[in-house]
Amino acid sequence: MRSVLRTVAAAGALLLALLAPASAFEVERVISPGGIEAWLIRDQKIPILSVQFAFEGGAVADPKGKEGLANLVSTLLDEGAGPLDSQEFQRRIADAGITLGFSASSDAFFGNLKTLVETEDEAVELLRLALTAPRFDAEAVERMKQAVGSQIRRDQGDPDTIVRQAFYAHAFPDSPYGRRARGTLESVAAIGAEDLRGFVRDRLAKANLKIGVTGDITPERLGGLLDRVFGGLPAQAAPLEIGEVVPSTAGETLVVERPTAQSIVLMGQPGLKRRDPDWFAASLMNYVLGGGSFSSRLMNEIREKRGLTYGVYSYLLPFENTALMMASGSTANPNAGAMIGLLREEWRRMAEQGPTQEELDDAKTYLTGSFPLQFTGTDRIAEVLLQVQRDDLGIDYLDRRDALIQAVTLDDVRRVARELLQPGKLMTVVVGRPEGLQGATVIQHGS
Amino acid sequence: MRPVKPIPTLAALMFLAAAPAGAQAPPSPAPAPPGQPAPAQASATAQQGVFFPEIFTLQNGMQVVVVTNRRVPVVTHMVWYRTGAADEPRGRSGIAHFLEHLMFKATDELAAGEFSRIVARNGGRDNAFTSWDYTAYFQNVARDRLELVMKMEADRMADLRLTDEVVLPEREVIIEERRQRTENSPSDKLSEQLQAALFVHHPYGTPVIGWESEMRKLDREAAEAFYRTWYAPNNAILVVAGDVDAAELKPLAERYYGAIPARPVPARVRVEEPVLTAERRVILRDAEVRQPSLRRLYQAPSYRAGAKEHAYALQVLSEILGGGATSRLHRALVLDQRLAVGAGSGYSPTAVDLGIFGLYLTPVPAVDLDRLEAAMDAEIAKLLKEGVTAEEVETAKLRMQREAIFARDSLQGPAQTLGAALATGGTAEEVEQWPARIGAVTPDQVMAAARFLLTQTGFATGILLPAEGSAVAGAPRPGTAASAGGAASPAAPSAAGAAQGAVR
Repeated sequence: MRSVLRTVAAAGALLLALLAPASAFEVERVISPGGIEAWLIRDQKIPILSVQFAFEGGAVADPKGKEGLANLVSTLLDEGAGPLDSQEFQRRIADAGITLGFSASSDAFFGNLKTLVETEDEAVELLRLALTAPRFDAEAVERMKQAVGSQIRRDQGDPDTIVRQAFYAHAFPDSPYGRRARGTLESVAAIGAEDLRGFVRDRLAKANLKIGVTGDITPERLGGLLDRVFGGLPAQAAPLEIGEVVPSTAGETLVVERPTAQSIVLMGQPGLKRRDPDWFAASLMNYVLGGGSFSSRLMNEIREKRGLTYGVYSYLLPFENTALMMASGSTANPNAGAMIGLLREEWRRMAEQGPTQEELDDAKTYLTGSFPLQFTGTDRIAEVLLQVQRDDLGIDYLDRRDALIQAVTLDDVRRVARELLQPGKLMTVVVGRPEGLQGATVIQHGS
Repeated sequence: MRPVKPIPTLAALMFLAAAPAGAQAPPSPAPAPPGQPAPAQASATAQQGVFFPEIFTLQNGMQVVVVTNRRVPVVTHMVWYRTGAADEPRGRSGIAHFLEHLMFKATDELAAGEFSRIVARNGGRDNAFTSWDYTAYFQNVARDRLELVMKMEADRMADLRLTDEVVLPEREVIIEERRQRTENSPSDKLSEQLQAALFVHHPYGTPVIGWESEMRKLDREAAEAFYRTWYAPNNAILVVAGDVDAAELKPLAERYYGAIPARPVPARVRVEEPVLTAERRVILRDAEVRQPSLRRLYQAPSYRAGAKEHAYALQVLSEILGGGATSRLHRALVLDQRLAVGAGSGYSPTAVDLGIFGLYLTPVPAVDLDRLEAAMDAEIAKLLKEGVTAEEVETAKLRMQREAIFARDSLQGPAQTLGAALATGGTAEEVEQWPARIGAVTPDQVMAAARFLLTQTGFATGILLPAEGSAVAGAPRPGTAASAGGAASPAAPSAAGAAQGAVR
């Protein structure tokens, strides 16, 4: 094996010059006769069609006291619509083998449809009904409230959820971003049928809709599909003013005491948004710090060298009206102080020195080379098309992305590391029975 | 964000949660469970075959499977070993998985950690996973990097070099992994202990990650012994899916894997699970439990063991009984009687030895688990007494067969399904014939399978409850209600990290 592997190591050091597989796709802008736009990548290898779409405005639009509204709507659109009651609707989905689902994040309300071409008409009709004529029958509403309630109770015992909830509550004390997308038992109970109908009326409109489609369909047929599914929606959504918010993290350490085997740690500070011109410089920096799995500094220092954790990461988390730069990991309770100390130290080292040229080169080859790896299923490809539209990156983005990354210089990354990373602002939330923390405040975290 | 809906293939998840303690790293891919690739294996309504693989065998006995998918110029490259946690020596639980971690350390040519760094530097992603019946390593890379990862994977098949300096910190990592995967969550602890109660003698009752007391004693010698015993080309399967075909792959496979000599590998001799007739109840009360739940596991035949003739009919039975929102359990317990927020079933036939058939229930508040369990038993009794209708069998079969076309819409899915089948003693032909075999199942066969399975008395029931005397589940704690925190976050931390880089 010896001689073979010398060449391996050499190959690994080379800069990656891929055939830019993403651009092997042609992205088509399809505008329906009724004026609805979707981006399409045609793929006729399998008789399948995937549609991914989003309406801007998700859980952040939930009225105060009725948190969880967008999420509850997402569970109910396929629980009866038009002439079909819940059971009939579900039966027709199941019999046709269609995947139809909805979800709500803070900033958007998502839908996805995956169907065989042979069941396309049925899928289109069911999706049209779900979006334009949901019934919200009392039986279904009660049942889904119970199901969501069950989820909320599970969340209450899940340390990963607790740490996130506590972090967001403290980072965004006066903003909708600080609330829970799933709501609380009380807020979900307070939601009525009128609220559900109001959400559909106010939020599901053509003007705030983006659509990505991949599969075995011509632009002409897609145009007809778009009009049939979305044509009946109102033109405009209700106005939604959230307002920019800066995460209020100030270097504090907060502990939620729980009898868990590990301390679950979540740290964060203000980040930057996807539209920020420094996005790729920050992404490359983050890859080196803690985004790069086994190649990252955090994994190397905390897992590989010391065996303190199974996994530790950093990541950029951009929202519509705010942004975070986060780190997370978990470790045995007696090691919590040590792990947090190492995280802070790496944060500081990156802020002060930035990456090396070699680290930056490696990050570039990874971020460009790994991008096509996700184009392996129609739903994943449609998801990328949707995200690129939501981020307003342009229809030629898939072709430009590599060049944008290659253009980032070491100076750029060092500057962004210096400007972005603020070890003194890093808020730390720990769930567990952590030992070795200094200046920690114990907080209560309820239902 | 949408787990409130019934999930059709709960058994897969169940096995998964307890099993593939795998993955080198947490952002692990969904490892193929030792059973139940029902969705992955299903098939087209009107076609023969599912993934259309090409198969050949190297001179040293290593099997090779190629699934061509030219959607994008990328490949997934996997090497599966026919060994897993159920092949461990007694007292060394967790060694198969520990070795999986250590395979990312040094070889005669690469320094510790270099393997993954080189993959990443070449724009690829790599990881590994361990189950009871197999251990698998994979890299997703651009097609022009396939040869590179083949060289490296072949190298560590033959030339792993372990030192205590890397082994000892990694042992701490797997113990942290055990804490993170199992011990932080009462539900996962119950799953582990329930499975230990279901299989009282066979090693499927031992968690893949290992029992902590034994994990602490695992060392370099134990890992090396396991490696020397099982990691040979004649005990491995190469599965490559993506922008490559057999003609292109064969010379590379011969050059890198074909150069490794075959070695004698022991037969997979496992103790036989005795027939147990006593019901086991495993009850976990924990202060962190806010949502009670109930699950019941039956020892079931697999494709390879027990009453194998029922393996296909049991999949249809699982679809009818607990496969999603139109299933019998969901309709009866969730919709009609309003006793449960969730009810489902799952079955895993892909195993070297016995499989597991599971039933899963989550009650609505104020309904106690005894009442819910009685209602479930009444549904089972009704099914056994009145039988299934020809129509529900036909509908279930059609749904399952349609899944097969969707299964092709993936790179790693087909590789996982084929790899798991071959690593557990199955064949690619069986995978390809899955739709036809499902299509051939009759209502009488479903009932014969149901009677075989559900009249067993030696099942194991797991019950998850809040601690005695703790506040009523769901009641807000005094003084902490309204002000407390909230996640508006769309994604879990580590997943978010990966997703940002990936999608954007």
